[in-house]
Amino acid sequence: MSMLCGLYRPDAGEIFVHGEPVRFKSPLDALRRSIGMVHQSFRLVPTFTPIENVLLGHPSSPFWHSRSLRRTKREEIQAFANRYGLDLPPEKPMWQLSVGEQQRVEIIKTLYRGADIIILDEPTSVLSPGEVDVLLETLRRMANGGKTVILTTHKLREVMAVADDISVMRKGRMVKTLPARKANERELVNLMVGREVVAHIAKTSALANECIVEVHDLWAHDDNGVPALRGVNLRVMAGEIVGLAGVAGNGQKELAEVLTGMRSWTAGNIRMMGRRMQRALARDFIALGVCHVPENRLQTGLVGTLGLVDNLLLKNYRSPAHSRWGVLRTRENRAWASGLIRKYNVKTPALDTPVRQLSGGNQQKLLLARELEQNPKFMVAVHPTQGLDVAATEEVYQMLLLLRQQGCGILLISEDLDEVLRLSDRVLVMFGGSIQGEFSGHEVNREQVGRLMVGAPAEGEATG
Amino acid sequence: MPVPGSDGSVQVRNESPTRRFPGYVRTFISSDRNLTVKWAIPFLSIAAAFVLCGGLMWLWGANPFRVYGLMVQQSFGSVFAINQTFLEAIPLLLCGLGVAWAYRISVWNIGAEGQFTMGAIAATGMTIYFPHLPSVVMIPSMMVVSVLAGAGWACIAAVLKAYLQVNELITTLMLNYVAGLYMDYLVYGPWKDPKGFNFPGTAMFTPSEQLPTLFGTQVHIGAVIALVGVVLYAWTFAKTRWGYELRVLGSNPTAARYAGIPVVRQMVWVMFISGGLAGLAGMCEVSGVTHQLQHGLSPGYGYTAIIVAWLARLHPIGLLVSSVFFGGLLVGGYSVQTLGLPSSISLMLQGAILFFAVAGEYVQQYGRWSWRVSSQRGGVS
Repeated sequence: MSMLCGLYRPDAGEIFVHGEPVRFKSPLDALRRSIGMVHQSFRLVPTFTPIENVLLGHPSSPFWHSRSLRRTKREEIQAFANRYGLDLPPEKPMWQLSVGEQQRVEIIKTLYRGADIIILDEPTSVLSPGEVDVLLETLRRMANGGKTVILTTHKLREVMAVADDISVMRKGRMVKTLPARKANERELVNLMVGREVVAHIAKTSALANECIVEVHDLWAHDDNGVPALRGVNLRVMAGEIVGLAGVAGNGQKELAEVLTGMRSWTAGNIRMMGRRMQRALARDFIALGVCHVPENRLQTGLVGTLGLVDNLLLKNYRSPAHSRWGVLRTRENRAWASGLIRKYNVKTPALDTPVRQLSGGNQQKLLLARELEQNPKFMVAVHPTQGLDVAATEEVYQMLLLLRQQGCGILLISEDLDEVLRLSDRVLVMFGGSIQGEFSGHEVNREQVGRLMVGAPAEGEATG
Repeated sequence: MPVPGSDGSVQVRNESPTRRFPGYVRTFISSDRNLTVKWAIPFLSIAAAFVLCGGLMWLWGANPFRVYGLMVQQSFGSVFAINQTFLEAIPLLLCGLGVAWAYRISVWNIGAEGQFTMGAIAATGMTIYFPHLPSVVMIPSMMVVSVLAGAGWACIAAVLKAYLQVNELITTLMLNYVAGLYMDYLVYGPWKDPKGFNFPGTAMFTPSEQLPTLFGTQVHIGAVIALVGVVLYAWTFAKTRWGYELRVLGSNPTAARYAGIPVVRQMVWVMFISGGLAGLAGMCEVSGVTHQLQHGLSPGYGYTAIIVAWLARLHPIGLLVSSVFFGGLLVGGYSVQTLGLPSSISLMLQGAILFFAVAGEYVQQYGRWSWRVSSQRGGVS
């Protein structure tokens, strides 16, 4: 993808656009050949307004941006966007807009710059179910309007819903291309993993009897001092997976941080293993057997510049097995680390390779290896399979289920509804900083969950 | 020990370039990519600085080869010269070690100059308020108060940063001027030696207040202290639990919080050590070299120390080498005055070296070399 839009140069091989061989030196070259890309992490300036972002770097953008120019440009762009049923978001700085709106600006920007071939990289990973439908409809309309749309995703349902042709890519090779009418989900999954994947996870019934985490009327602020948790009530039993569904930004991140001692709470009670927590200190929580698979691996859970040994030690370097009298037991630790790497099937060139050079899947396996080795009693897993391929996702699922078998309570926070539904014994829906509804694993109504996620219990998918 | 994985691929191969280094060296190498480039930068930047400054000297009308030849001869060419160089290297090494501690956890202490001055003031204060103590009591207590003074001075900035998020770059720099002016107030005012012909300095220290020297040379035992400091620094970061916490904290503060490391407390402690080492350097200077507190005590040791640490890439052996190098540069700088050139040539060289070292760092990180590496690894999405 990055090669097609000019960010990387191919080492070998050629790219043909409209039958001509091309060489891209930069994204500008790609754009001249009318290829545009909508990245997974948006390439927008957060302090600029939508218009400014669309005009940024555009050839027709003059040196001086007067007020009248903005107005005319806005009308022009709005009229242009209307052709594809896109609505230009209001003139506010980008960071104040929702993710769906930001993505819309990104798409309009790409179209406005004259792209005929539009590449979208995992566009739905950040959207709520309602927003996904709107996006897919837009893509359909763009295709009908004569544009070529390349949609990269790992969600089969979306592919089946909109695509004309489906190409399956695995380990850097095109495995197969087939028309969507002839494809079925099972076949696609097999092509993607190269082996039969058990689509449904065999779950034994949970031994839910002992309550390990009890949260009562919990309030907490976000980074800007605005209340992000507004009276959360929650119970997690030993040996069950509680799924927390919800669109990002409704307090899941803050809840995960409070429950692992990384954020202080302003009101309410937390009881862990029957003990009432007094202060937000990660060390206290770790000592009680709480482990944490954070949202962003490299930002929070791993130290990118350090090697595998140091990263595996992160949670238990204080134990006598790993350090004695304040001195690390280097030789024992290295042997221990290479044992874990083998046990959890982490692929790495060397023990001292900086972990940021590992693939996302191997980073996540490394992180899980560390957390699982603590014999946790309670795990908070936030987007545990984000950015992983199907095979790695499956491995992560198996690890979580194994942990559940061992009597560990798991709070699974994910935006991927399929994931939550597949794994959870109970599903909670979070919206606006509190729990909106609870479903037991067997009787979940997908549509109902989706509605609660966007905060529209009665009207259905009104907010797009 | 290659281990075949389930799919036949080899999982653990110990072939990375860092592998051939022993553990304590490996700790100080963060990435195995671009290793050669990384260690070439300090040398290249020194060479570039010498060429640039040579050009400036030529414009000035001097023969750069002669100037450099004289500088080398005067700083390394004789036993006396090497003595002088080592004397200058001691405060540079102690201050450089101090700032290196802070830089390892990404706290940008540029206040070694002020911490050095406060250490010197405190040590002199001991001699003024508690005279006639025997040497075995006097020297250790001078050391203790100078460490506390330097550490306390650094902790002002550390506490402000830790609890109020005040930028330490600004506070440490500003406190340098406060310390420098406070020292001037003392040596021009209350502490001035009445028998000193109005020279801005305190009375000379008595022999029991002076640091002993090593084996008949002029080099005082501050050298031994500095060497022990280097060993402790290397050992702490490579082997100890606390050093591990600091490495995590330095590379990723969020991960440190995630692992339950008390970030704020560690930061204050590191600044305490950082300032303490600079304060100790101040004590060594007054007690080992000048034998009095005087105006213009430091020719900018605290600032040069930043370059020493940066050029050494915070590596303990690098610190040794670069502090001796800059010590030689200072001594050589004094000597060029005989050619009618200003001694600030050494400052000019220092500045140019830092400039090229920082520029080289950016070229390495964002320039062509690393661009090639990243494009090879490309293949995202």
